[in-house]
Amino acid sequence: MAIDVVKPGFATTVQDLGRPGYYHLGIPLSGAMDRYALRAANLLVGNDEGDAGLEAVFMGPELRFTSDATVAVTGAELPPKVDGEPCPTWTAFRVRAGQTLSFDVLKKGARGYIAVSGGIDVPLVLGSRSTYALCTLGGLEGRGLQAGDALVVGAAKRPAKQGKAVPEALRRGSGAAPELRVLTGLYWDRITAESGKGFFEDTWKVATEADRIGYRFRGGRPLALVERKQPFGAGSDPSNIVDSCYPYGSIQVPGGTEPIVLHRDAVSGGGYFMLGTVISADMDFIGQMQPHTPTRFVSVDMRQALAARHDRTRMLRQLREALG
Amino acid sequence: MQTRYSFGGDEHLFAEVDEEMSLEAFFKSFAMTNAVRESRIKGVTEICPANASFQVKFDPDVIAPDDLRAELEALEAQADKAEAVIKTRIIEVPVLYNDPWTRETLMRFRERHQDPTSTDLEYGARINGYSSVDEFIAAHAGAPWFVPMVGFVAGVPWLYQMVERAKQIEVPKYLRPRTDTPKLTIGHGGCFGCIYSVRGAGGYQMFGITPMPIYDPKQEIRYLREFMILFKPGDMVQFKPIDRAGYDQIVDDVANGRFEPRNRPVTFVLDDFHKDPAGYARKLAEALNGN
Repeated sequence: MAIDVVKPGFATTVQDLGRPGYYHLGIPLSGAMDRYALRAANLLVGNDEGDAGLEAVFMGPELRFTSDATVAVTGAELPPKVDGEPCPTWTAFRVRAGQTLSFDVLKKGARGYIAVSGGIDVPLVLGSRSTYALCTLGGLEGRGLQAGDALVVGAAKRPAKQGKAVPEALRRGSGAAPELRVLTGLYWDRITAESGKGFFEDTWKVATEADRIGYRFRGGRPLALVERKQPFGAGSDPSNIVDSCYPYGSIQVPGGTEPIVLHRDAVSGGGYFMLGTVISADMDFIGQMQPHTPTRFVSVDMRQALAARHDRTRMLRQLREALG
Repeated sequence: MQTRYSFGGDEHLFAEVDEEMSLEAFFKSFAMTNAVRESRIKGVTEICPANASFQVKFDPDVIAPDDLRAELEALEAQADKAEAVIKTRIIEVPVLYNDPWTRETLMRFRERHQDPTSTDLEYGARINGYSSVDEFIAAHAGAPWFVPMVGFVAGVPWLYQMVERAKQIEVPKYLRPRTDTPKLTIGHGGCFGCIYSVRGAGGYQMFGITPMPIYDPKQEIRYLREFMILFKPGDMVQFKPIDRAGYDQIVDDVANGRFEPRNRPVTFVLDDFHKDPAGYARKLAEALNGN
């Protein structure tokens, strides 16, 4: 069976849970920016959690189905419509052959996840169906959807019940994410103690340059760098270091002005100092932040980071139980 | 050199072998990443070598962060004792220096450059004390380069030239990054060279272009069928200046499946290199050209 792409939406890509194992060669993890939302969408339609779905950014695509399917939309509050009739988010619904799935305007969040029973069947590339558009890898011809594309859908693995829904308490991802927890480190000592304090005191806003590679923030005070004689090979700008690896979630501040948090399509390395890293538990939230969202960074230690991670794991377990 | 460890969130352990770049720092970092790989520590999911540092990605549900750090510290003692020897391969990269495509691009972004009145090659030659672009190119192609790190985006090799520090080519990055760089541009920023694997944004100075693809996500190019990326950390590169006819010939050969990158296995001994850098570079070039 197939889905015809009538309108592609904005930067809609095929994503699964990513392509680990090649970061040392510059191929990032990729995959859903909000992994929890993709898992939930897949579980709703009877797929494996890691099957490929569509990640729609800010606006939904228009898709014509050529055969019956069960569909679920999670993550951002991006209200689906079947032949114009509204359907709930976080809930499995039926789309019949010949019907068209479209979307209302975005209400909350930034990225909606569309799962279809059977999963989107593009070729596996290095073990994943995720799209890494920067290097035209994976997904549908290594790029976002275009009008006229046909998406192949796999065979359904298990029956999916129409109306199955994620309990309210477990619908996460479209709420406000005003705080991102950060473990300081890496090249934290490159900034002055006062700037370090200011970084956490100030309210930042998501800039318009916010995509799968990274999220840029504006509005806080510029960070003052500790003066030093630049080490050989680091480059002349005080915010430069000898090019190193960049962790996912790491916060680099080129020129000390605008922090950039690297995300799933991260560049794997470079020569800008990083002051710390957003903890794994908060990475999904970033994917749901719209431009101009006011944001605070909150300093946590490793113990708190791991506790937050365990909370996330517990929530995922509850989701599996609820939809199992 | 005392390695500095720092956690990158709850999933990465970052290890800086040295603040400044040197072959010694790269060798130690490389030895440590090899030791981590061989020790098969449970919970380690990815090992990424960099220039004078490296990064280990781990699953904190499997190994506690402090336990991983202790494991790495134990391996460091081992790496300190390791001989600075790398068994690797040297790959020839043909380059059309001063090519029409990077020239067109650098003219388009001239207002973002330190010296809008000259080309990147002229600027690089001047600030590194060369009297002509030809002399500068001769130095660029005159000694082999290490690939300490692969990344940024898919398959881009960082390159560090095997010459004494005084002879290292150093240039600043563009004042503001370009939004466009031709695919397969030979770039340089700080003391590092690179080869852009795909077209895209970039801040390195542009010196030329190679006709030899280094990344093929479709895996159609003969020598990239088995794996889509040519370079891996630890490789060596020797640039070979070619003219336009040579460039066109290789483009044609690649398209027709007739091109194979020239490469030879070599063993690099750091102590021997330090005794006679220029002689050692010649020896490596001879190994590449011998049969």
